[in-house]
Amino acid sequence: MIHSPYVRKPVSVQRTMGLVLLALVPGIVAHVVFVGAGVLVNLAISTLTAVAAEALMLRLRKRPVGIAVADLSAVVTAWLVTLCFPPIVPWWLTVCAVLVAIVAVKHLYGGLGQNPFNPAMIAYCSMIVAFPALMSQWPPAGQLSFDTQLSLILGGPRDIDGITGATALDALRTGLRSGVQTVDKVLEGSAFGALGGRGWEWVSIGYVAGGLFLLAMRIITWHMPVAFIGVLAAIAGLFWLVDPGHFASPLFHLASGGAMLAAFFIVTDPVSGATTPRGKLLFAGGIALIAWLIRNFGAYPEGIAFGVLLMNMCVPLLDMKTQPRVFGHRHDLEGGGK
Amino acid sequence: MIGRLFKFHGGIKPDAHKNESAGVAIRKAPLPPRLVVPLRQSARAGASCIVAVGQKVLKGERIGEPEGFLGTAVHAPTSGTVTAIDSCPMAHPSGLDTPCVVIEPDGEERWIEHATPFDHHTATREQALAWLRDCGIVGLGGATFPSHVKLGRGSGIETLILNGAECEPWITCDDRLMRERAADILAGANILRELIGARELIVGVEDNKPEAVAAMQAAAAGTAARVVAVPALYPAGGEKQLIRVLTGVEIPYGKLGGDYGVQCFNVGTAHAVYRAFIHGEPLISRIVTLTGNCETPGNWEVAIGTPVEDLLALARPRTDTDRYLMGGPMMGFAMPRLDVPVVKGTNCIISASPRLFPPAPPEQPCIRCTECAKACPVELQPFELYWFSRSKNFGKAQEYHLFDCIECGCCSYVCPAHIPLVDYFRFSKSEIWAREREKTAADQARERFEFRNFRQEREKAEKAAKLAAKAAETRAKLAEAGPAEAPAATDAPAAEDPKKALIAAALARAKAQKAEIQPQNTDNLSPQTQAEIADIEARRKVLEAVAATPAPQAAEAAAAPDEPRP
Repeated sequence: MIHSPYVRKPVSVQRTMGLVLLALVPGIVAHVVFVGAGVLVNLAISTLTAVAAEALMLRLRKRPVGIAVADLSAVVTAWLVTLCFPPIVPWWLTVCAVLVAIVAVKHLYGGLGQNPFNPAMIAYCSMIVAFPALMSQWPPAGQLSFDTQLSLILGGPRDIDGITGATALDALRTGLRSGVQTVDKVLEGSAFGALGGRGWEWVSIGYVAGGLFLLAMRIITWHMPVAFIGVLAAIAGLFWLVDPGHFASPLFHLASGGAMLAAFFIVTDPVSGATTPRGKLLFAGGIALIAWLIRNFGAYPEGIAFGVLLMNMCVPLLDMKTQPRVFGHRHDLEGGGK
Repeated sequence: MIGRLFKFHGGIKPDAHKNESAGVAIRKAPLPPRLVVPLRQSARAGASCIVAVGQKVLKGERIGEPEGFLGTAVHAPTSGTVTAIDSCPMAHPSGLDTPCVVIEPDGEERWIEHATPFDHHTATREQALAWLRDCGIVGLGGATFPSHVKLGRGSGIETLILNGAECEPWITCDDRLMRERAADILAGANILRELIGARELIVGVEDNKPEAVAAMQAAAAGTAARVVAVPALYPAGGEKQLIRVLTGVEIPYGKLGGDYGVQCFNVGTAHAVYRAFIHGEPLISRIVTLTGNCETPGNWEVAIGTPVEDLLALARPRTDTDRYLMGGPMMGFAMPRLDVPVVKGTNCIISASPRLFPPAPPEQPCIRCTECAKACPVELQPFELYWFSRSKNFGKAQEYHLFDCIECGCCSYVCPAHIPLVDYFRFSKSEIWAREREKTAADQARERFEFRNFRQEREKAEKAAKLAAKAAETRAKLAEAGPAEAPAATDAPAAEDPKKALIAAALARAKAQKAEIQPQNTDNLSPQTQAEIADIEARRKVLEAVAATPAPQAAEAAAAPDEPRP
């Protein structure tokens, strides 16, 4: 650089992305331990696809390939896609999803930093719309051997009912819609564990641990996780207190589905999210609200992905309307300086 | 008396690198073979030359008379002979020249008759300010703003703040000055305080300089001055940031401390004020830190005008030094050349090597991580300004307070994508200034054009008025001369008749004139040539007639390109 400053903090995009990947490790370990190692196969498939797609797109766009691939942003996208998908989706589904995320959502909009939408969430939404059955086959924790998982991933015959059960969110929705059951009845007998599905709770705890690590490393700020968790807990709690027979507890909502992955890794995506402190609170809070609405009244058991995309659309407005006060302009609203 | 400290948003903690140069006492730099004293110490403080080539000057003799409102006097830093008065390159990123007085020292350091100490208690405020100006006192923190102007502004100032924060890495000149000359600094500060009528004197020093804090506190013991250790957080030494930390007052862009009852001076400036008032000495030297990649870093008392290359020899830069930074690494600049003089604003010269200041990694795309916004002491959103600057959306950039940016470099420092954000902002600012100038020029052109139209209209109206007046006069004359000739005439013919008479008279005059006119040089030409000329004349008449009608539109069209573009 020719001009000042001549010193720089030893940070880089690569370091930021690397720390995010590191923070995902506890969740992945819990996933392997409690659900099965199939997720590792999917992670490998998505990583390879993402890096290949990234390199190809960079070459087509005539951009330097090496430095951009090395920034690890494509790997983060790949891992997030895989982690919010059922771990036994066939390999081609993962490939399609990652291609959508990297090629369409990221590079067609101008590459890193330019995408208005969260790539992993577009991938999730497009796949759940295109392949609703495959996207809702979640294996109960610890009941499928690695061989079975591997054969399913590699496209083996799927004996759907035999291998997968409904997720807690799915079961709850179906149960309540049937009109005869209450929350307690749906959740009492079966394999849903103490919180949001046996085994899966540990995965959620792994994500929380990784999220706290990111907070400690100052990669993310407190605003989004706190607003997301706070609003989800608040609205779920409000309805649960009023009608516990038909609305699940806040704890259930927080531990179910991808809530913790979303709170620390999805809504905190810097590129497609709001940037001002107040904007971040509104953004994450809005996602939580939409997610809860979809979970309770929508057509899909999980609504976080749609919430993220809807709030992505609001980001320019949120940012514009929540610009922080600039130094010395405290009195602007009162009509100029002292 | 313990005041609570305030915080400003953001800030960074780069490696301070103060130890390299802070350990050694200030030494006096030897005189170089020639001193190049600029008559203009900064863009603001100008002076006009009052010496001639060959003239002998004494140390402290005035060689430049203050020029204009912001001008300050310039003095010979030592005794010697003026060998040249010429344009010389300056220590500035642009390397622009400025008029300088070149003095060859005689080595005798003979002072002019020391002016007696200036007693500001007996003098009027104006006299005291004039004394500051005549001693060439400017802000030594780097901006070199004339102190007499700063002191003259604002009224009802409660608090004087002395800035000893020195938040830039590597620089230690204020640190050493505070350690060694604390009492003098406070004496100067008290003079400043009395001049602005402030009640309170607070000295702000970053807490990474415990020796300086202790020295200042010892010197301040028993006085009303308060020495406060402020947290070391760059840019705590920015004037507005320090005022915020010590008083809680926030001064927006475009406003000065004086407007808010606070005034802030650098410790070096206070020391210069002390020398000027108590010893009657003008500002002819300053402390300069030589540090970085060199064998013997330290602080030197340097005569203004000492060429940097002579000075650098004292620090013995190592062989792998690839460039030299003037000022600190956060806001300083790489010197394009070394044959430039030390000026009043020169606080530090850093020998830079690729090891100490590695070249920036390549710029990557912005990921909107908002690290820059977290670090910005002015609470801007630098990444937004970056997007606007990149897309040359300057209107939006200004809306997002581009001009509040103090260019401290915090955002560039923390950016994980290694984007030189401040460079983008400097670019935007200069583009906006250039456009403002263009617009001003266009506005002036339009005003000139509009005035020309107005003037033509006015002249036409005046002519008509004159004609009418003349007609009325003649009519009156006629009426007087021949009331008997037209006794029964109504008003209308009476009005017509004088007009006719006027016209007839004018025609007669014209005829007479024509007859008197000398023969033209075309008269003796051959009939053929005369026919040609008549032809040309006829064509010209047609053209003139054509040109006369659409003239206004044509003029407007010509002016149109100057109109401000939407």
